[in-house]
Amino acid sequence: MMSAYLDFIRIRFIMMLAYRVNYYSGIIIYAINIGAYYFLWQAIYGDKEILAGFTLIQMTTYVAVSWMARAFYFNNLDREIANEIRDGSVSVQLIRPYSYLFVKMMQGFGEGLFRMLLFMIPGMIIVCLIFPVTLPTDPTTWLIYLVMLFFSFLINSQINILTGLFAFFVENNEGMMRMKRVMVDLFSGVVVPIAFFPGWLSAIMQWLPFQAITYLPSSVFTGRTPSSEVLHVFGIQVLWFIGLLIPIWLIWRAARRRLFVQGG
Amino acid sequence: MLAIDVKDLRKQFNVQKNREGLSGALKDLFKREYNEVTAVKDISFQIPQGEICGYIGENGAGKSTTIKMLTGILVPTSGELKVNGYVPFKDREKFVNGIGVVFGQRSQLWWDIGVIESFQLLRKVYRVSEADFRKRLNELVERLQLGDLLNRPVRKLSLGQRMRCELVASLLHNPSILFLDEPTIGLDIVVKTEIRDFLMQMNREQGTTILLTTHDLQDIEALCSRVIMLDDGRIIYDGGLDDLKNRWSKGREIQFQFAGQTQLAKLRQLTESLDVTWTMENEVTAQMWLPHTVNVSDALSCVVGGVQIRDIKIIETNTDDIVRSIYSSGSASVAKETV
Repeated sequence: MMSAYLDFIRIRFIMMLAYRVNYYSGIIIYAINIGAYYFLWQAIYGDKEILAGFTLIQMTTYVAVSWMARAFYFNNLDREIANEIRDGSVSVQLIRPYSYLFVKMMQGFGEGLFRMLLFMIPGMIIVCLIFPVTLPTDPTTWLIYLVMLFFSFLINSQINILTGLFAFFVENNEGMMRMKRVMVDLFSGVVVPIAFFPGWLSAIMQWLPFQAITYLPSSVFTGRTPSSEVLHVFGIQVLWFIGLLIPIWLIWRAARRRLFVQGG
Repeated sequence: MLAIDVKDLRKQFNVQKNREGLSGALKDLFKREYNEVTAVKDISFQIPQGEICGYIGENGAGKSTTIKMLTGILVPTSGELKVNGYVPFKDREKFVNGIGVVFGQRSQLWWDIGVIESFQLLRKVYRVSEADFRKRLNELVERLQLGDLLNRPVRKLSLGQRMRCELVASLLHNPSILFLDEPTIGLDIVVKTEIRDFLMQMNREQGTTILLTTHDLQDIEALCSRVIMLDDGRIIYDGGLDDLKNRWSKGREIQFQFAGQTQLAKLRQLTESLDVTWTMENEVTAQMWLPHTVNVSDALSCVVGGVQIRDIKIIETNTDDIVRSIYSSGSASVAKETV
């Protein structure tokens, strides 16, 4: 059975490869974004050395790493699930002896692997050549980061799945999906690191899963999180991963009961 | 052993009500109103193993909803349901290993990859061993003549080719029950016949139980020993196809062409003793309508003696007409009174 799930990763990877031209423009867009934020932060720093605990070099690295991480964990599972629910093809998924949501997760991972190999790594090389980015030299940091990046993917996909499943309950969850996308980008710390948020807001963020997607792993990678706290930070990610399984399970169960397959 | 056992099965949906106009839309925004729709109303039936059963009814009669409950996609509102020894929605992942499903309007193959890759993926999903898979695939490919289609991507297949591939996909794991939801919709007569023959053969050789919904009554006539007819969520007929014809068709019609001009009055006089009705089409053509209680030979012998006949045609009411009249009569009780 596991080999079937692995096949879903492989097939999604191959399918993405078939449409790879779409992604070349993506690399440029991400590079422009990183460049824009670099100059913006440069202007904000002015002649100050440190803001909210970040040096300019750390900030540049943070921005570059966060955007490149986003290239990996980002996926459209919410849209895929919502579409399959709306056009009724979810019923075909339910006649197969596998877990629909797990298959979706695998497909998302196939997409993530594709983006990592053909998008994130070449993109990162380009960015390193243009902007003053300093990457850590310690291999354990790299290893920890890769594990945390995988959990970023898991948590982001879980949030996508939750949003997508709302299509069972509302006729159109387009607005919800857009709101989710903006919230994830803003609150996960891709646009502005959470350390820059006003005190009350960053206090709220402590209790939301979004920081676990970008802010925590990027902080570890850029060396802002002291090594003594790395395990603690990773623990937060794991807790969110486990915690989010519960609402997904509940919503899936409720959805099965009220599932209304479109098109009779 | 029973393949399908259904008792008092019911399915209700909450359908959102959209109120009219801007004020209605605003009200909807804050307080949604729902209509409760009962798609399947306490139906019961049993299908023994190895039977081919047709499931027919008008659009919206509840056929697809029933199929979706039987295949574990939908959870019933109430009632008991057992398919292949399982309660479908409870042990879904185990249960679906033993059934095959084909939706005529929905593809279960992966759109972007080759047909054979879809089959390989299904092999892994259903945990079929490589040897069994090869054997089964070869049989099916040969029987349905798919040889040169296997390497094409699904999106490049014609509907007929795709449908045959869908059948193979649903049978790779050798299910003991096959559900077909409008399998021949949109297909040409050659492919239809081929698919019917194939299903017939599979039922005969492997004893596969088949439940199919269709709007094409020729599918039913070619395949089914039994029909269940549904109207507005209720079963209005459950029995053999011949029974259905006998019960619902009211009689036959005989068309006469006479050698010379014939009067209606004369014809009526000839068949005075019988309960038949005449209609004149023109001076040399007439139709006699006779109920089942009247023997065709009796009726003919009465007429033959009295007038010169050039041609006779006996017209049986066909299934289409019967079913149309049942559908339009709306419910079983009304139709039964007229029998």
